Amino acid sequence: MPGKTYVQTNINGEHVDFLCEPRQSLLECLRDVIGLTGTKEGCNDGNCGACTVEMDGRIVTSCLVLGVEAEGKEITTIEGIADGSTLHPIQQSFLENAALQCGICTPGFIVASKSLLDQNPDPTEHEIRFWLANNLCRCTGYDKIIRAVQDAAVKMQEA
Amino acid sequence: MKWIDYATPHSVREAVDVLSEAGGRARVMAGGTDLLVALRAGVYDIDLVVDGKNIPELNEITYDPTNGLTLGAAVPCYKIYGNKAVATAYPGLIDAASLIGGTQIQGRASLGGNLCNATPSADTIPPMIALKGTANIAGPNGNRQVAIEDFCTGVRQNALGSDEILVSLHLPAPVANSGANYIRFIPRNEMDIAVAGAGVSVVLDNGDIKEARVSLASVAPTPLFVQEAGDAIAGKPANDETVRIASGIARDAARPITDMRGTIEFRQHLCEVLTRRALNTAIERAKENN
Repeated sequence: MPGKTYVQTNINGEHVDFLCEPRQSLLECLRDVIGLTGTKEGCNDGNCGACTVEMDGRIVTSCLVLGVEAEGKEITTIEGIADGSTLHPIQQSFLENAALQCGICTPGFIVASKSLLDQNPDPTEHEIRFWLANNLCRCTGYDKIIRAVQDAAVKMQEA
Repeated sequence: MKWIDYATPHSVREAVDVLSEAGGRARVMAGGTDLLVALRAGVYDIDLVVDGKNIPELNEITYDPTNGLTLGAAVPCYKIYGNKAVATAYPGLIDAASLIGGTQIQGRASLGGNLCNATPSADTIPPMIALKGTANIAGPNGNRQVAIEDFCTGVRQNALGSDEILVSLHLPAPVANSGANYIRFIPRNEMDIAVAGAGVSVVLDNGDIKEARVSLASVAPTPLFVQEAGDAIAGKPANDETVRIASGIARDAARPITDMRGTIEFRQHLCEVLTRRALNTAIERAKENN
């Protein structure tokens, strides 16, 4: 039976090393090994997007990445979005637009939305909806989430 | 997921050695978006995942207008449609690469993985068949090439030996007056599995169809190459009647099953409609590509 693997990675700008079994997903490693529980598990098969993190500049569902694949990568999780106690404009907009109810999908939506606005500061509603199609929300009906992202885009461009 | 070991070969040679040693108890992983789901579901009984993403040849994306496209088996979708030269030369391929899964899946999923996974509904296989793609395979005795239409041999079964690895895909350079398109039917706007799909290519010559290829998704145990649909319209004028002939042949060639996503009759109907629409788009694209 294989043993554990030593993985060195960078999470939210800090060097992190951890031990994991090759079968463990990055999601399991983040939550159960490293203790970063902001990233949520929904479906565990890539459909719902709750576990979205950014890896080397591209969003992925961390349930479909092995923890051992994090070796040498740069990863951003929901814990890396705010600046200390100052919320990121996207987080602030989600609050102000009531873009969440139960909140399980919210970390994934915020990480995915930030990635969109980093690349495309002024997206159309169509672009926002398609970019976020891999993130499911069973509470809001999406409209408030889309409005929050549009609102954040305006605020970030004004800043 | 049951216990697995994990290998990260850095060359094709090393990967072939690892696969040979594993004696059929291993699978190569590219983006993992299908493989990890399948492993959790117990679809494959293996001991070893071989990560192909550290092998340079599997990450290659090279296009030139003479030699065509060499696409490493692990190149993720977003790098394909993000490559301007490739996106301009192969819009029919981009149709599929940009609709598979959502943003996160496209960040990992590769065309090589889609091909090796070999499900009937794979969106990127029909356009690769239509575009005369070949698979470059490495094994202990060297390299060999297999036409994409011969690669899938059954549901989740492919032409690879247990000691072989898919290194890259090759598409010939598009010729003048050629066009291609892939479309599928799903019950929602995005993020779903094709009920049926059609990938087609055409080459025009003074308003006539010089050559056409039609391939279908989700209507047989493997992606289906309907050679007779293209052959039947070669030499005919590129008009509605010709497109109807090919679409009818595609409908008759489909061998679908009834399942939760659609009935046999509905899927046969879709093959006619999707082939017709895809051919019309491909013809329009061919007229613009001169």
